[in-house]
Amino acid sequence: MVARTQTDALIEPSANIGTSRTYPYLFAGLFVVLCIAPFGLYPVFLMNVLCFALFASALNLLLGYNGLLSFGHAAFFGTASYVSAYAAKEWQLTPELAILSGTAAACVLGAIIGALSIRRQGIYFAMVTLAFAQMVYFVALQAPFTGGENGIQAVPRGRLFGLFDLTNDLALYFVVLAIVFFGLVAIFRIIHSPFGQVLKAIRDNESRAISLGYRVNRYKLAVFVLSATLAGLAGATKAIVFQLASLTDAHWSMSGEVVLMTLLGGMGTIFGPFVGATVLVAIQNYFAGFGSWVTVIQGVIFVIAVLAFREGIVGVVSRWIKKPL
Amino acid sequence: MQMFDIPVQVLFGQLLLGLINGSFYALLSLGLAVIFGMLNVINFAHGAQYMMGAFLAWMGLNYLGIDYWWSLILVPLVVGATGVVIERLMISRLYQLDHLYGLLLTFGLALIIQGLFRNYYGSSGLPYTIPPVLSGGQNLGFMFLPNYRAWVIVASLVVCLATWLAIEKTRLGAYLRAATENPVLVGAFGINVPRLITLTYGFGVALAALAGVLAAPIYSVNPSMGSDLIIVVFAVVVIGGMGSILGAIITGFGLGVVEGLTKAFYPEASSTVIFVIMAIVLLVKPAGLFGKAA
Repeated sequence: MVARTQTDALIEPSANIGTSRTYPYLFAGLFVVLCIAPFGLYPVFLMNVLCFALFASALNLLLGYNGLLSFGHAAFFGTASYVSAYAAKEWQLTPELAILSGTAAACVLGAIIGALSIRRQGIYFAMVTLAFAQMVYFVALQAPFTGGENGIQAVPRGRLFGLFDLTNDLALYFVVLAIVFFGLVAIFRIIHSPFGQVLKAIRDNESRAISLGYRVNRYKLAVFVLSATLAGLAGATKAIVFQLASLTDAHWSMSGEVVLMTLLGGMGTIFGPFVGATVLVAIQNYFAGFGSWVTVIQGVIFVIAVLAFREGIVGVVSRWIKKPL
Repeated sequence: MQMFDIPVQVLFGQLLLGLINGSFYALLSLGLAVIFGMLNVINFAHGAQYMMGAFLAWMGLNYLGIDYWWSLILVPLVVGATGVVIERLMISRLYQLDHLYGLLLTFGLALIIQGLFRNYYGSSGLPYTIPPVLSGGQNLGFMFLPNYRAWVIVASLVVCLATWLAIEKTRLGAYLRAATENPVLVGAFGINVPRLITLTYGFGVALAALAGVLAAPIYSVNPSMGSDLIIVVFAVVVIGGMGSILGAIITGFGLGVVEGLTKAFYPEASSTVIFVIMAIVLLVKPAGLFGKAA
């Protein structure tokens, strides 16, 4: 322990106060770009980016806006992808119902793990969530319906609402885009609601929020469940896209990856996680042939981001143009 | 001979395995607790440093012909030195910030270390032969006790207790405890607190490396040996609370034994039992068994 400054917050309290009128334009611009993108880039790669963008944004809701570092979000991502894959393959559900069941499973799990985890704070909270996620991983490894080391393979993409065939990548892409965009806008609305303001107040000064009469633990649990549910939505969608649910989605390294995406893009910014996810998925994609070097690169990015680049990419841009992003 | 429908050999065999695992839980959670007490950083690289310890012992034996006993002394020193460098160059820049950044930084370091070793040595395990003095075993009548395993349990106990004594009973330990309580005041008395912090981190890392050397002949030496272990150790730390050194040791050994017994009675739950206990402890005593209520 060396002498510390008074602020113990992860993020400058001055950041992201109030809404900016540029947000609707930014969202619209992003949507247009993403509608054009699949005609120039490989749709499956883009869908991967989108799923991780939603996953990282869900984590950011918890980490960036409530100051809770969950190191176990792979539990929700993985569980949802297993349930979604199982529902689509074994129960022959349509994709939207499969995704919904996966998301619901993540929501229930989020309520259980959240209720236990918020009993500890700060660094212990991170360790507890990590440990619970590892427990979920072991269950996924041993349970009879998850396929153990092989995962659930050959998941049918099926027909949306029983009508539209999703085996075509481009058709599926627009469905995924709609889902992910719904998630991103939902997160944006949560952050800019009175509820979101309370979350930020708790992040910046918890004891003060308590003294103002807010039941801090209920807020924390609520945001934890929301974050877990949205992370589940991302995982459930990914299972349908890749027609696979595997142990990778539930492993602790996945939890670390999504934390890195959020950190790199910018914690506590609206578009940061999206940018961070894009960068990391691109790195994984282009360096896939280098084996373990990808892990090393991720580690190096982590170290650099923590030591010299804590605002993240979007955080820096936001400071330059003096507008919250 | 039967006990609770389980052959006695099986029961004691699992108990022994539990004690071995407990030895490592205790050593590693002790290092984590010492580091956390002083730096307020959860050292996520602890598992990777444990793996480094095992690998350096293996490399020393195969490339330089350094035998096990020299490894026990040299490897912790070398890995501890890397810890000192890491603390000076990186971790020391984060003390003014939120504690979570320390966790993120050391997580990144763990990824780097693990990735590098996996690149050069693949994912399969490398065998490390048991030193000749400790090969063989004792037949205790009701079970067979390999000498090396007995040695690991004894060595771990001795190191843990020596650490505890050093912190509780020596002058340096007193400085350490004082600096944990109030670094500014201790600094005002003319004690070099930053150096104390650096040495603490080096010592904690050296403990992890020592555990790695002890583990090398039991578990095969492979790059991911530390990553799964460290998460269990985190759960151990949450259960015990990090307020007390003795608490970390007792919790480590105790949970190892519980895990071993679970393997004997209900094998399916053996990998999750520690996490279940953690959930119960969070419900009943959120600060941990030995923790002070925050």
